[in-house]
Amino acid sequence: MDAFITLILEFAIPTLIVSAIFVAILFYVLPREVRTIFKRELKSYFTSPIAYVLFVVFLGISGTLSFFFTGVLEGGEADLFLPYFQYLPWYLVLIAPAVGMRLWSEEQRLGTLELMLTMPLAPWHAILGKFLAAGVVLFAMLVLSFPIVWTMNFLGDPDNGVIMAGFVATFFVALCFLAVTSVISAITRSQLVALLVSVALCLMLWLGGLPHLSELIMNLKGGWLVFWPILKLVNGLGVMPHFTELAKGVLGLRDIVFFLSFITFCLFATSVAIRLKRA
Amino acid sequence: MIEVENLHKHFGSKVAVDGVSFTVKKGEVLGFLGPNGAGKSTTMRMVTGFLPPTQGRVTIGGADIEANEIEAKSKIGYLPEAAPLYSDMTVEGFLRFAAEMRRVPANEITAAVNKAIETTFLEPVRHQSVDTLSKGYRHRTCFAQSIIHDPEVLILDEPTDGLDPNQKQEIRQLIRRMGETKAIIFSTHILEEVEASCTRAIIIDRGRVIADGTPAELMAKASNAGIVTLRARGLAGSGIKAELEKLDVVASVETIASDENGITARITPAKGRADKLSTAVFGVCKDKNLSVEELRVEEGRLDLLFREITKTDADK
Repeated sequence: MDAFITLILEFAIPTLIVSAIFVAILFYVLPREVRTIFKRELKSYFTSPIAYVLFVVFLGISGTLSFFFTGVLEGGEADLFLPYFQYLPWYLVLIAPAVGMRLWSEEQRLGTLELMLTMPLAPWHAILGKFLAAGVVLFAMLVLSFPIVWTMNFLGDPDNGVIMAGFVATFFVALCFLAVTSVISAITRSQLVALLVSVALCLMLWLGGLPHLSELIMNLKGGWLVFWPILKLVNGLGVMPHFTELAKGVLGLRDIVFFLSFITFCLFATSVAIRLKRA
Repeated sequence: MIEVENLHKHFGSKVAVDGVSFTVKKGEVLGFLGPNGAGKSTTMRMVTGFLPPTQGRVTIGGADIEANEIEAKSKIGYLPEAAPLYSDMTVEGFLRFAAEMRRVPANEITAAVNKAIETTFLEPVRHQSVDTLSKGYRHRTCFAQSIIHDPEVLILDEPTDGLDPNQKQEIRQLIRRMGETKAIIFSTHILEEVEASCTRAIIIDRGRVIADGTPAELMAKASNAGIVTLRARGLAGSGIKAELEKLDVVASVETIASDENGITARITPAKGRADKLSTAVFGVCKDKNLSVEELRVEEGRLDLLFREITKTDADK
């Protein structure tokens, strides 16, 4: 029973508060156009099988693999951070592009882009509305993985603050991947191309932050130095260090600013991609 | 309502639209004619703000489509050529979405949707998924979307494409009726449509306006316009022909049938004299005391004009 109350206090209520804030922003801060696009997009995720399939895949993979391959159950300390959250971004490299691939390529394939862009709305309304809808799908995915948290709380007495931080960090990474996918899907009308290219980029974005890469860059010599700028850029954009910091429970302003500016930049790039498509 | 000034569009080195200008006032229905690839759709896409023009200016009700994008777009209803729809929505759901996007006030959406469904005869498929619609219904659903906010300006790219003859007729009447209070541009391949619903027509070829006028004015430009067919008796055919050829309003006389007692002939007017021809021919018959069995003036045919001016341009 105690575990149950803890769960409600430490997870359900914060989740509800965050959701409520989001809904309030959606209804009272953002323009009606954003809301309309958001509603349509979210509905279309759930009228097609996509969302359900991705939920099952994500929950299946993340749940089972985390438990069986990382030995949470065997370890006496049910510290969720290491086994579970370390692997989540790897799945998201695949899942986030799968959620986001249709955002703009579907619009181009159906020809509805022409309809949307001749309606009285600014492109950022549509870009933001769509991004938020896909973000909510990813959010719902993370929320639905609560049985894992539940299990942990029944098995032991984990630091729920750290778990929460892990989820927050994971969500930010997911949004980054989604933002990258948004740009790519604006470039191509093929969802498959959007998926493959986005997965590759997200993987690069994730691995770019590997500590080994930073070491490698430090030790570049001779002719290899020509690669220095590009490696430095990839390394600088790498989300891994920011993720690790956040997930440790260190709510560093620096990391949050990194995530938010990265997402903003990608959404801006999406608008540029759409503009170029039209010209 | 719609002002288009010197519109150009280049795709790379290809010139799709090359200096198109026209205006459409409230109460006018402008028909857009032209061969495939003439630049009709590209022009419409620039007018609706989907494509930015390489050069030139479009204003809708005084609002510049580029500088004052949202205001200009809110006055427009647009039916794109492919009639695109979100395949995962129902007809009604899609129209509700469109109404919201087109800024219909929340409490008027249901009424607007009902009206659009009624106007475009969509009642039978109201709750059906867009995925499962036939081509005609898809087209009409997209058409309904364009009129849902009762716009001042309607731009319809081939609105009757994919419809059966009855539906075509209904849509033409609808366009004509709506044209009384709106400014409408619609493109078509079907020339009778221009006669049936337009107050004015423009023919575009290779990105340029090559003819602009009311359907009657355009028809008068066709090579068959004003040709007089005469069947008269009372004199030898060759004699009548000779008399007719003396007239300065006559360019040529083509004999269809001729004997010692009469003639059937097609008389082509001299350039610019078509309106005088029938009177002159009739005068000849009266002078020579011929009995006129038939005297018929041909109306210009739009399809002929279309072929003539688009072909000569291509031959150059």
